Amino acid sequence: MEIGLKILVPLIEISVVLGIVLFHVAYITYFERKILSHMQDRLGPMEVGPHGLLQPIADGLKLFFKEDIIPAGADKIIFSIAPIIVLVPALIGFAVIPFAKESITIFGLTFKPFITDINIGILYIFAFASIGAYGVILGGWASNSKYALLGGLRAGAQMVSYELALGLSIIGVLLLSQSLSMVQIVEAQNRIWFVLLQPVAFVIYVICAVAETNRLPFDMPEAESELVAGFFTEYSGMRFSFFFLAEYANMILVSCIAAILFLGGWHAPFKFLEFIPPTIWFILKVYFILFFFIWIRGTLPRVRYDQLMKFGWKVMIPLSLANIIVTSIVLYIVRG
Amino acid sequence: MHEKVLIKEPATEKTFRDTEDYYFPAYPQEPPHYPLSKTDEEEGGNFFRSEDMLVNMGPQHPATHGVLRVVLDLEGEKIVKATPYLGYLHRGVEKLAENMTYQQFITLTDRMDYVASMLNNFAWVRAVEKLMQIKVPERAEYLRTIIAEMQRIIGHLFWLGVQALDIGAMTVFFFTFREREILIDLFESLCGARLTYSYFRIGGVDSDLPPGFTGKLHKFLEEFPAKIEEYDTLLVQNRIWLARTKGIAYISGEDAINFSLTGPTLRGSGVYYDVRKAEPYAAYDKVKWRVPLGKSGDTYDRYWCRMQELHQSSAIIKQCLEKMPLGPIMAEIPGMTMPPKEKVVTEMESLIHHFKIASSGMKVPKGEVYCGTEAHKGELGFYIVSDGSGKPYRVKVRSPSYIHIGALDHMSRNYLIADLVTIFGTYDIVMGECDR
Repeated sequence: MEIGLKILVPLIEISVVLGIVLFHVAYITYFERKILSHMQDRLGPMEVGPHGLLQPIADGLKLFFKEDIIPAGADKIIFSIAPIIVLVPALIGFAVIPFAKESITIFGLTFKPFITDINIGILYIFAFASIGAYGVILGGWASNSKYALLGGLRAGAQMVSYELALGLSIIGVLLLSQSLSMVQIVEAQNRIWFVLLQPVAFVIYVICAVAETNRLPFDMPEAESELVAGFFTEYSGMRFSFFFLAEYANMILVSCIAAILFLGGWHAPFKFLEFIPPTIWFILKVYFILFFFIWIRGTLPRVRYDQLMKFGWKVMIPLSLANIIVTSIVLYIVRG
Repeated sequence: MHEKVLIKEPATEKTFRDTEDYYFPAYPQEPPHYPLSKTDEEEGGNFFRSEDMLVNMGPQHPATHGVLRVVLDLEGEKIVKATPYLGYLHRGVEKLAENMTYQQFITLTDRMDYVASMLNNFAWVRAVEKLMQIKVPERAEYLRTIIAEMQRIIGHLFWLGVQALDIGAMTVFFFTFREREILIDLFESLCGARLTYSYFRIGGVDSDLPPGFTGKLHKFLEEFPAKIEEYDTLLVQNRIWLARTKGIAYISGEDAINFSLTGPTLRGSGVYYDVRKAEPYAAYDKVKWRVPLGKSGDTYDRYWCRMQELHQSSAIIKQCLEKMPLGPIMAEIPGMTMPPKEKVVTEMESLIHHFKIASSGMKVPKGEVYCGTEAHKGELGFYIVSDGSGKPYRVKVRSPSYIHIGALDHMSRNYLIADLVTIFGTYDIVMGECDR
């Protein structure tokens, strides 16, 4: 019985988290289309359901029933597994994201607000996120198409170089919280959010996160005016939607990390606002960052590939290194 | 090095690709030769040999403005050579003209540059009028100027939106289409069509301004500068936009003249040439306006020129609306121009006259004529050879898009593949006009 419960509870947690995440992934596409539309003086999806609310479901169904085409010259095995290599790391990171403060007890079973709280939580996420780059490169390579190959190579170079700056930007936060566990990082922010102590790191993180998720203005790998659709040019149907889901899941994941590392996770900004449940605060913060991502997509043009690499290596990485040094020195002086 | 590039013998089995190899030796110099049979050890451990990649961009590519096909030799992402292939939208417009009366061909000019049909109509009608030596009434000249400038604004707005979309700024596209829609609605109230207008007639224009037109146009012109400001807030102060356009696709004024570029593409390089100033027609010499000139000849300066032309066009329209006299809108020359519609439905003689012109064409003198008109892309010229019958003997179109694409290779070498879309975007290329 004991062992049964030990397996059952995490299984329920995993399915609930996965369900919630996939639901939000579906609906962030809807929000993106709606927000962009209203910024661009148009209505966006309006036909399916009231105000087009069922559009993501219709899109999902459509993609599900589309023919799955594997090009004749493609490497069949790698071509088939590449979307899975991209999608799984994007979803697996949610295992360590704490959504709230308190555990919930239903029918005598205690559910924690996260699947697991390992003491290397943030490292675990970054380690898995790096695997996603392999899927993109392999997908581009296996398609046997020049556009896909160029897109895959661009994606590989971009993800690797921005992952460095991304990883370096959070070290300041880790120094402040003295922990790698996501829960403890949030708890360390109960007095002051790290965005106020680490503003430079936050800016670097957000820029690198945009680049890491391949979104405008850094959407080189899939720049439709240059490379048709980049690494997923040859993909169709479910496999295409895997890439698509992975992109949006990654977007939510980096927003969750930003909310946890810099915006105080589930903490309310002021004491008198604490009557609102912590989960709501967390979701609000995540959606605030997601809105920011969509907003810059509606505003900015695309940078060029060489400008992107220059920016990454010559600006982002030195800045994040400088941030680490300054933070360390200040902490040494303050803490003694 | 050039002598060594021999044109290959024609292949015996002629596939499509073979014929291309025959006509277009791809390299200006001899391509580096790598013995592929040797292993890396035999080469002395030279693992880093490189080959150029040949990428076929188009005709089915989302950013080639229709069906342009460019074969790119790439070194990494750098363009070594760009060879444009045209003709995917060839409809034989020039040949079709030989079986049509001069009046009928106006509808086909609409379909050439479908973004700015009015200017095509204008160019054709001017060429025919020059051939027939028709004097157009003054009101018609003013009307033509107003309509042409409105069409120029539409053309530049369309270009701006598409150029920004190519560079990735999606929102500008919708903003420019918002203003374009207002002008298209005005055109719809004027002539009933929204894209292919056929509004111009040989000897004048089809109809006078409908009631309410002037008011709406004035309102638009008042709001328009604020709208241009709005595009500028998205683009001019945007570092990414500047990095993507400044210094890209540079062409010197001398080269631009040698490549026969016209319009904003030429003026961006600082060359003062505008058909409206050089050889004034319609009412352009009766209003005050200036020709914006660029300095550095890059994509940004061409962009700047077009943005300034938006202001100049609105200034021209405003002055024309003020100065426009009352009077007829069609020249009435028996045998040469269509009689007015009111007379056709009431008078027997006019009906017969109308029937004669519509069926067998106008009385056109024998001769040849070339007439260039400043379209929003550049000089759109028609060369007509007439044998004295009601139909042209030969028509040749000098379409700016076609001429501009000739400079593509020159302007795109050593830039990156990402710049290519901005380069043919900067010509404002429309394939319907390019291939005809």
